[in-house]
Amino acid sequence: MGDLSPQLIEVARSLLRDEKVDLIIGYESGSLPLRTSPCFIRRPDEAERLVWNAWCENNLATYLRGRDEKIAVVAKGCDARAIVGLVMERQLARENVLIIGVPCQGIMDRRRIEDQLEGKEVLKATLADGEIILAGEGFEERLPQQDFLCQGCLTCEYRTPAVYDLLIGDPVPALEVADPFPEVRALEARSSDERWAYFSQEFSQCIRCYACREACPLCYCQECFIDQTQPAWFGKTDDPSDTLIFHLVRILHTAGRCVDCGACSRACPMGIDLRALTRKMIKDVREWYGYQAGIEVEAIPPLATFRPDDPQEFIK
Amino acid sequence: MSDRVIVKSAITDVLEKLLKARRVFAPVQRDGLLRFEPLRTGDEALLDSHNSKRPLKEIFFPHSETLFAYEEGEVAIMPLPEEQRVIFGVRPCDARSLLLLDKVFNAPDVQDPYYVTRRENTILIGLGCNRPLSTCFCTTLGGGPFTTEGLDLLFTDLGDRYLVETVTERGEALVADSPYFREAAPADVNLKAEIAACAEQTISGPSVEGIKEKLDGMYEDPFWDELHQKCLGCAVCTYLCPTCHCFDILDEKEGSRGRRVRIWDSCQFPLFTLHASGHNPRPSGRERMRQRIMHKFHYFVENYGQIACVGCGRCIRNCPVNMDLREVLNRIVVKRGA
Repeated sequence: MGDLSPQLIEVARSLLRDEKVDLIIGYESGSLPLRTSPCFIRRPDEAERLVWNAWCENNLATYLRGRDEKIAVVAKGCDARAIVGLVMERQLARENVLIIGVPCQGIMDRRRIEDQLEGKEVLKATLADGEIILAGEGFEERLPQQDFLCQGCLTCEYRTPAVYDLLIGDPVPALEVADPFPEVRALEARSSDERWAYFSQEFSQCIRCYACREACPLCYCQECFIDQTQPAWFGKTDDPSDTLIFHLVRILHTAGRCVDCGACSRACPMGIDLRALTRKMIKDVREWYGYQAGIEVEAIPPLATFRPDDPQEFIK
Repeated sequence: MSDRVIVKSAITDVLEKLLKARRVFAPVQRDGLLRFEPLRTGDEALLDSHNSKRPLKEIFFPHSETLFAYEEGEVAIMPLPEEQRVIFGVRPCDARSLLLLDKVFNAPDVQDPYYVTRRENTILIGLGCNRPLSTCFCTTLGGGPFTTEGLDLLFTDLGDRYLVETVTERGEALVADSPYFREAAPADVNLKAEIAACAEQTISGPSVEGIKEKLDGMYEDPFWDELHQKCLGCAVCTYLCPTCHCFDILDEKEGSRGRRVRIWDSCQFPLFTLHASGHNPRPSGRERMRQRIMHKFHYFVENYGQIACVGCGRCIRNCPVNMDLREVLNRIVVKRGA
């Protein structure tokens, strides 16, 4: 796929020039290699800052709520699913957001790339012909892009947004995914003691910065349960039980809503495997209710309705 | 006090020896994260890596700290942390960050006994930065990859050996009678000077000269409206910052027992300034982002005469949306530069 940035810039410029929207939320080049940064464009002459590439890891849907402007937003398949979720949950009026869909062949996992380099600092990163070309002080390394995609991108079934107003470039074919949940099955197959050990270890790294919550477009409660003080339901220390219960409750609250964009795990500075939990939720909702979040605006969320034939094995 | 040299192969033995009398912290790689942790054995220390993910402050000002506990009317105040400790591999920026924290937790009028006791009981062995990262900007904040401020000893990697500079008496006491250290040759000292000059040259960053005065007139500037837009409002920058020190005090109770605990808190959270009445004087990201910048580059300067940033770059590398403090500072300086 060629560079779609020029086309995106052109579209953005005319949307602003023709006053179709007041604001365009997209990505611009980052200050660090392996990164881009969200940007807010209000004037046609600023549109040239926009880029679209495989470093565009943030889910921009998280910026959409509570604005009284007419907004256009650059959205990958997963980001568009989050926007659909927000519309379904009446957080956003569909007519107030113009979705500029971008076909996505997967986002690069910067952490795995950095791990691969074992401490060598990347000063420049380029993507070309399926390769990541990394350059630093006294080294150049080429890695296959395919091997360094974010985990969620490997089983993504919506690389072209399911819902959009404008699409930049051509749709990309959907991936043939035989089993969308191989790693969830692997975790399920382990004993409860092993799982406990795994989760305890992972969450022991948590510093309670709430980057996961803030990055999640669907984590928008006006007052998060963890911030309630009268009464204070849960502890806020780094005690393992306090930390784990925060993550469990937050993730349970996204059951049937999580669109598997991976924004939480990419935002986590400690690299905690948050998707080990979110993916289990997604799998259960899909298997029990045949539902995937954020595909159709008119769909009925499974946890907001009841059918007599709903699975209810959990009632003992 | 003259400089010494120690061969790298002897470091494990030195650490093992230190471990007999003290708790010894050093950078270790556990579960993919580089972090200062208490060593179990001397060979765990990882000294050829970049700076730790988590800041050094947590060893003195932990994320969560119980101040007292009670049960059935009996109150137990937490004893002072008397344990003797050494931290090995402290980067010069992190050492300087502790001097800034001292101004808050060990002020002439108020001392935090837990913090002060830990500071007094902890020897800091520094490790100069031969290869600063591209996000390091210590030199623009009065520091440098080989400054000794706040350290007891400074090690410099000379290849197969370290040059050891003594900074304080207690640093001297640690190496004085140790058989592992020998007197440095002039060549060792010269090599260190070359390495230091080379490392310093690689560091660049925004000028912060006169930034307090520039911020003086910027409280209501539209700059803040625009700046905060992409900020998610998480606490990555403040929690991983080695100088951010805001905290909250919580009371946890269950029946007749409970505890008072101090935890890190962040000016980036709405709850940080939420009044009991429901009013919030910093209602949006605009005010909260302004607070973070103002506290470091204006209020701290006003209160203590120094900028509360050491240029370690942790906030830059770890921000989920690539908010770059260097760019923010550049824009402030340029804005009112005339």
